[in-house]
Amino acid sequence: MRELALNILDIAENSLRAGASLVQIRLCADFLKDEMTIAVEDNGCGMSKEMAASVTDPFTTTRTTRKVGMGVPLFKYSAESAGGTFRIRSEEGKGTCVTATYRIGHVDRMPLGDFGGVVLQLVTMNPQTDFLVTVQSGGQTGVLDTREIREILGEDIPLGAPEVRAFLKEYISENLVSIYGGRL
Amino acid sequence: MKSLEELRALREKMKSQTDNRSVAGADETVIKVGMATCGIAAGARPVLDAMLDEAEKRQLHNVSISQTGCIGLCRLEPIVEVFKDGQKYTYILMTPEKARKVIVDHVVNGNVCTDYLIGENS
Repeated sequence: MRELALNILDIAENSLRAGASLVQIRLCADFLKDEMTIAVEDNGCGMSKEMAASVTDPFTTTRTTRKVGMGVPLFKYSAESAGGTFRIRSEEGKGTCVTATYRIGHVDRMPLGDFGGVVLQLVTMNPQTDFLVTVQSGGQTGVLDTREIREILGEDIPLGAPEVRAFLKEYISENLVSIYGGRL
Repeated sequence: MKSLEELRALREKMKSQTDNRSVAGADETVIKVGMATCGIAAGARPVLDAMLDEAEKRQLHNVSISQTGCIGLCRLEPIVEVFKDGQKYTYILMTPEKARKVIVDHVVNGNVCTDYLIGENS
Protein backbone atom coordinates (compact mmCIF):
# COMPACT_ATOMS: atom_id res chain seq x y z
CA MET A 1 0.00 0.00 0.00
CA ARG A 2 1.44 3.33 -1.00
CA GLU A 3 -1.45 5.59 0.00
CA LEU A 4 -3.45 5.93 3.21
CA ALA A 5 -6.57 6.33 1.06
CA LEU A 6 -6.10 2.74 -0.14
CA ASN A 7 -5.93 1.59 3.48
CA ILE A 8 -9.23 3.39 4.11
CA LEU A 9 -10.76 1.60 1.13
CA ASP A 10 -9.49 -1.74 2.39
CA ILE A 11 -10.79 -1.23 5.93
CA ALA A 12 -14.15 -0.01 4.58
CA GLU A 13 -14.38 -3.20 2.51
CA ASN A 14 -14.17 -5.12 5.80
CA SER A 15 -17.15 -3.12 7.05
CA LEU A 16 -19.10 -4.01 3.90
CA ARG A 17 -18.21 -7.67 4.40
CA ALA A 18 -19.52 -7.37 7.96
CA GLY A 19 -22.91 -6.48 6.49
CA ALA A 20 -22.92 -2.86 7.65
CA SER A 21 -25.82 -0.68 6.50
CA LEU A 22 -23.97 2.50 7.46
CA VAL A 23 -20.23 3.12 7.27
CA GLN A 24 -18.82 6.32 8.74
CA ILE A 25 -15.45 7.59 7.60
CA ARG A 26 -13.84 10.48 9.43
CA LEU A 27 -10.70 12.34 8.48
CA CYS A 28 -9.44 15.07 10.83
CA ALA A 29 -6.26 16.98 10.12
CA ASP A 30 -4.92 19.42 12.70
CA PHE A 31 -1.92 21.09 11.13
CA LEU A 32 -1.15 23.15 14.25
CA LYS A 33 -0.89 20.04 16.42
CA ASP A 34 0.71 18.10 13.53
CA GLU A 35 -1.86 15.37 14.00
CA MET A 36 -4.17 13.51 11.64
CA THR A 37 -6.87 11.03 12.58
CA ILE A 38 -8.55 8.51 10.32
CA ALA A 39 -11.54 6.56 11.62
CA VAL A 40 -13.76 3.97 9.97
CA GLU A 41 -16.83 3.01 11.95
CA ASP A 42 -19.59 0.62 10.95
CA ASN A 43 -22.75 -0.94 12.32
CA GLY A 44 -21.97 -4.40 10.94
CA CYS A 45 -21.79 -7.71 12.73
CA GLY A 46 -18.78 -6.82 14.90
CA MET A 47 -16.31 -9.25 16.40
CA SER A 48 -15.84 -11.23 19.57
CA LYS A 49 -13.32 -9.92 22.13
CA GLU A 50 -10.80 -12.60 21.20
CA MET A 51 -11.12 -11.87 17.49
CA ALA A 52 -10.77 -8.11 18.00
CA ALA A 53 -7.65 -8.67 20.06
CA SER A 54 -6.01 -10.91 17.48
CA VAL A 55 -7.12 -9.20 14.28
CA THR A 56 -3.95 -7.10 14.06
CA ASP A 57 -2.02 -10.33 13.67
CA PRO A 58 -1.50 -10.98 9.95
CA PHE A 59 -2.14 -14.68 10.54
CA THR A 60 -5.69 -14.04 11.70
CA THR A 61 -8.46 -13.95 9.12
CA THR A 62 -12.07 -15.00 8.69
CA ARG A 63 -11.30 -16.30 5.25
CA THR A 64 -11.20 -20.01 4.75
CA THR A 65 -9.26 -19.97 1.50
CA ARG A 66 -5.94 -19.26 3.21
CA LYS A 67 -4.50 -18.22 6.52
CA VAL A 68 -3.37 -14.61 6.12
CA GLY A 69 -5.27 -11.33 6.47
CA MET A 70 -3.12 -8.29 5.80
CA GLY A 71 -5.60 -5.38 5.72
CA VAL A 72 -5.76 -4.42 9.40
CA PRO A 73 -2.04 -5.15 10.12
CA LEU A 74 -1.00 -2.92 7.21
CA PHE A 75 -3.22 -0.10 8.45
CA LYS A 76 -1.82 -0.47 11.98
CA TYR A 77 1.71 -0.44 10.62
CA SER A 78 1.04 2.72 8.59
CA ALA A 79 0.07 4.58 11.78
CA GLU A 80 2.66 3.20 14.17
CA SER A 81 5.53 3.74 11.77
CA ALA A 82 4.51 7.41 11.49
CA GLY A 83 4.56 8.24 15.20
CA GLY A 84 0.86 7.55 15.57
CA THR A 85 -1.47 5.17 17.32
CA PHE A 86 -3.91 2.47 16.31
CA ARG A 87 -7.05 1.32 18.05
CA ILE A 88 -9.79 -1.13 17.21
CA ARG A 89 -13.01 -1.28 19.14
CA SER A 90 -15.63 -3.89 18.38
CA GLU A 91 -18.75 -5.33 19.86
CA GLU A 92 -20.51 -8.39 18.53
CA GLY A 93 -23.80 -7.45 16.91
CA LYS A 94 -23.12 -3.72 17.25
CA GLY A 95 -20.23 -2.92 14.93
CA THR A 96 -16.58 -2.03 14.72
CA CYS A 97 -14.60 1.20 14.90
CA VAL A 98 -11.03 1.40 13.64
CA THR A 99 -9.05 4.53 14.48
CA ALA A 100 -5.53 5.48 13.43
CA THR A 101 -3.60 8.65 14.21
CA TYR A 102 -0.54 10.02 12.45
CA ARG A 103 2.07 12.73 12.91
CA ILE A 104 1.49 14.70 9.73
CA GLY A 105 5.10 15.83 9.44
CA HIS A 106 6.63 12.43 10.25
CA VAL A 107 9.13 11.40 7.60
CA ASP A 108 7.62 7.92 7.29
CA ARG A 109 4.00 9.01 7.04
CA MET A 110 2.49 7.74 3.80
CA PRO A 111 0.77 10.35 1.66
CA LEU A 112 -3.00 10.36 1.94
CA GLY A 113 -3.33 9.85 -1.81
CA ASP A 114 -6.54 9.95 -3.79
CA PHE A 115 -8.99 10.17 -0.88
CA GLY A 116 -11.69 11.71 -3.06
CA GLY A 117 -11.41 8.88 -5.57
CA VAL A 118 -11.74 6.28 -2.83
CA VAL A 119 -14.84 7.96 -1.40
CA LEU A 120 -16.35 8.15 -4.89
CA GLN A 121 -15.68 4.47 -5.46
CA LEU A 122 -17.18 3.46 -2.13
CA VAL A 123 -20.39 5.46 -2.49
CA THR A 124 -21.05 4.63 -6.15
CA MET A 125 -20.14 0.94 -6.16
CA ASN A 126 -22.03 -0.16 -3.05
CA PRO A 127 -25.74 0.44 -3.58
CA GLN A 128 -26.70 -1.54 -0.45
CA THR A 129 -24.72 0.57 1.97
CA ASP A 130 -24.92 4.16 3.17
CA PHE A 131 -21.85 6.24 3.85
CA LEU A 132 -21.30 9.24 6.06
CA VAL A 133 -17.97 10.85 5.23
CA THR A 134 -16.71 13.75 7.33
CA VAL A 135 -13.57 15.79 6.74
CA GLN A 136 -12.40 18.29 9.36
CA SER A 137 -9.50 20.68 9.22
CA GLY A 138 -8.74 24.22 10.33
CA GLY A 139 -12.19 24.81 11.80
CA GLN A 140 -13.92 23.75 8.59
CA THR A 141 -16.06 20.66 8.15
CA GLY A 142 -17.18 18.94 4.98
CA VAL A 143 -19.83 16.22 4.94
CA LEU A 144 -21.12 13.70 2.42
CA ASP A 145 -24.15 11.74 3.58
CA THR A 146 -25.47 9.24 1.04
CA ARG A 147 -28.75 8.96 2.95
CA GLU A 148 -29.39 12.61 2.13
CA ILE A 149 -28.46 12.06 -1.50
CA ARG A 150 -30.60 8.96 -1.86
CA GLU A 151 -33.55 10.88 -0.45
CA ILE A 152 -33.19 13.53 -3.15
CA LEU A 153 -32.65 11.06 -5.96
CA GLY A 154 -35.53 8.77 -5.03
CA GLU A 155 -35.52 5.04 -5.53
CA ASP A 156 -35.30 4.86 -9.31
CA ILE A 157 -31.95 6.62 -9.80
CA PRO A 158 -28.90 4.77 -8.47
CA LEU A 159 -25.83 6.56 -7.08
CA GLY A 160 -23.76 4.80 -9.73
CA ALA A 161 -25.61 6.38 -12.68
CA PRO A 162 -23.05 8.22 -14.84
CA GLU A 163 -24.67 11.65 -14.37
CA VAL A 164 -24.87 11.21 -10.58
CA ARG A 165 -21.32 9.89 -10.49
CA ALA A 166 -20.08 12.99 -12.31
CA PHE A 167 -21.96 15.18 -9.84
CA LEU A 168 -20.59 13.30 -6.84
CA LYS A 169 -17.05 13.49 -8.18
CA GLU A 170 -17.21 17.28 -8.20
CA TYR A 171 -19.16 17.42 -4.95
CA ILE A 172 -16.48 15.35 -3.19
CA SER A 173 -13.66 17.42 -4.59
CA GLU A 174 -15.29 20.74 -3.68
CA ASN A 175 -16.80 19.81 -0.32
CA LEU A 176 -14.41 17.22 1.13
CA VAL A 177 -10.98 17.34 -0.50
CA SER A 178 -10.90 21.15 -0.53
CA ILE A 179 -11.16 21.19 3.29
CA TYR A 180 -7.59 19.92 3.70
CA GLY A 181 -6.41 21.11 0.30
CA GLY A 182 -3.64 19.13 -1.31
CA ARG A 183 -1.60 19.20 1.87
CA LEU A 184 -1.90 15.60 3.01
CA MET B 1 -19.28 24.99 -4.12
CA LYS B 2 -21.51 22.17 -5.41
CA SER B 3 -24.71 22.00 -3.46
CA LEU B 4 -27.43 19.40 -3.09
CA GLU B 5 -29.77 21.85 -4.87
CA GLU B 6 -27.92 21.05 -8.07
CA LEU B 7 -28.58 17.38 -7.45
CA ARG B 8 -32.32 18.09 -7.31
CA ALA B 9 -32.11 19.83 -10.69
CA LEU B 10 -30.11 16.90 -12.06
CA ARG B 11 -32.75 14.48 -10.87
CA GLU B 12 -35.54 16.34 -12.64
CA LYS B 13 -33.48 16.31 -15.81
CA MET B 14 -32.76 12.58 -15.54
CA LYS B 15 -36.39 11.71 -14.89
CA SER B 16 -37.49 13.39 -18.09
CA GLN B 17 -35.03 11.41 -20.18
CA THR B 18 -36.19 8.09 -21.49
CA ASP B 19 -33.81 5.62 -20.00
CA ASN B 20 -32.60 2.96 -22.37
CA ARG B 21 -30.08 1.64 -19.87
CA SER B 22 -32.49 -0.67 -18.17
CA VAL B 23 -33.36 -2.55 -21.37
CA ALA B 24 -29.98 -4.29 -21.45
CA GLY B 25 -30.86 -7.95 -21.36
CA ALA B 26 -29.15 -11.24 -22.01
CA ASP B 27 -26.30 -9.69 -23.98
CA GLU B 28 -25.09 -7.84 -20.89
CA THR B 29 -21.39 -8.02 -20.14
CA VAL B 30 -20.44 -8.25 -16.48
CA ILE B 31 -17.00 -7.10 -15.39
CA LYS B 32 -15.63 -7.72 -11.91
CA VAL B 33 -12.47 -6.21 -10.48
CA GLY B 34 -10.84 -7.89 -7.47
CA MET B 35 -10.81 -5.33 -4.64
CA ALA B 36 -9.43 -7.11 -1.58
CA THR B 37 -6.20 -6.11 0.21
CA CYS B 38 -4.09 -7.93 -2.40
CA GLY B 39 -5.87 -6.27 -5.32
CA ILE B 40 -5.84 -2.80 -3.79
CA ALA B 41 -2.14 -3.05 -2.97
CA ALA B 42 -1.36 -4.19 -6.52
CA GLY B 43 -3.22 -1.25 -8.06
CA ALA B 44 -6.81 -2.41 -8.66
CA ARG B 45 -8.27 1.03 -8.00
CA PRO B 46 -6.72 2.78 -11.04
CA VAL B 47 -7.76 -0.25 -13.11
CA LEU B 48 -11.38 0.04 -11.96
CA ASP B 49 -11.32 3.81 -12.57
CA ALA B 50 -9.98 3.31 -16.10
CA MET B 51 -12.70 0.76 -16.92
CA LEU B 52 -15.51 2.97 -15.59
CA ASP B 53 -14.08 5.93 -17.47
CA GLU B 54 -13.75 4.03 -20.74
CA ALA B 55 -17.25 2.54 -20.43
CA GLU B 56 -18.72 5.95 -19.82
CA LYS B 57 -16.77 7.61 -22.61
CA ARG B 58 -18.11 5.01 -25.03
CA GLN B 59 -21.62 5.12 -23.55
CA LEU B 60 -21.68 1.36 -22.99
CA HIS B 61 -25.11 0.77 -21.51
CA ASN B 62 -25.07 -3.03 -21.50
CA VAL B 63 -21.94 -3.34 -19.39
CA SER B 64 -22.03 -3.66 -15.63
CA ILE B 65 -18.78 -3.04 -13.78
CA SER B 66 -18.47 -3.96 -10.14
CA GLN B 67 -15.93 -4.96 -7.54
CA THR B 68 -15.47 -8.26 -5.81
CA GLY B 69 -13.33 -9.73 -3.06
CA CYS B 70 -10.18 -11.80 -3.30
CA ILE B 71 -10.32 -14.03 -6.36
CA GLY B 72 -7.59 -16.27 -4.92
CA LEU B 73 -4.56 -15.56 -7.07
CA CYS B 74 -3.04 -12.72 -5.07
CA ARG B 75 0.29 -12.66 -6.87
CA LEU B 76 -1.44 -12.15 -10.23
CA GLU B 77 -3.49 -9.16 -9.08
CA PRO B 78 -4.93 -6.83 -10.28
CA ILE B 79 -7.36 -9.38 -11.72
CA VAL B 80 -10.35 -8.53 -13.89
CA GLU B 81 -13.05 -11.07 -14.72
CA VAL B 82 -15.18 -10.54 -17.81
CA PHE B 83 -18.39 -12.55 -18.19
CA LYS B 84 -19.44 -12.34 -21.81
CA ASP B 85 -21.47 -14.65 -24.09
CA GLY B 86 -21.80 -17.22 -21.33
CA GLN B 87 -18.03 -17.49 -20.92
CA LYS B 88 -15.71 -16.34 -18.17
CA TYR B 89 -12.44 -14.66 -19.08
CA THR B 90 -9.88 -13.94 -16.36
CA TYR B 91 -7.41 -11.18 -17.10
CA ILE B 92 -4.34 -10.97 -14.86
CA LEU B 93 -1.66 -8.41 -13.96
CA MET B 94 -3.85 -5.59 -15.23
CA THR B 95 -2.88 -1.95 -15.62
CA PRO B 96 -5.15 0.99 -16.53
CA GLU B 97 -3.83 0.80 -20.12
CA LYS B 98 -4.51 -2.93 -20.43
CA ALA B 99 -7.94 -2.42 -18.86
CA ARG B 100 -8.87 0.16 -21.51
CA LYS B 101 -7.68 -2.22 -24.21
CA VAL B 102 -9.88 -5.00 -22.80
CA ILE B 103 -12.92 -2.70 -22.92
CA VAL B 104 -12.19 -1.62 -26.50
CA ASP B 105 -11.03 -4.92 -28.02
CA HIS B 106 -12.98 -7.50 -26.06
CA VAL B 107 -16.12 -5.87 -24.67
CA VAL B 108 -16.84 -3.58 -27.63
CA ASN B 109 -15.35 -5.44 -30.59
CA GLY B 110 -15.47 -9.03 -29.35
CA ASN B 111 -11.77 -9.79 -29.85
CA VAL B 112 -10.47 -11.47 -26.71
CA CYS B 113 -7.13 -10.04 -25.48
CA THR B 114 -5.46 -13.45 -25.19
CA ASP B 115 -2.12 -11.97 -24.12
CA TYR B 116 -3.50 -10.98 -20.71
CA LEU B 117 -5.62 -14.06 -20.07
CA ILE B 118 -5.12 -16.96 -17.72
CA GLY B 119 -7.02 -20.24 -17.66
CA GLU B 120 -8.93 -22.25 -20.19
CA ASN B 121 -9.76 -19.42 -22.59
CA SER B 122 -6.19 -18.22 -22.94
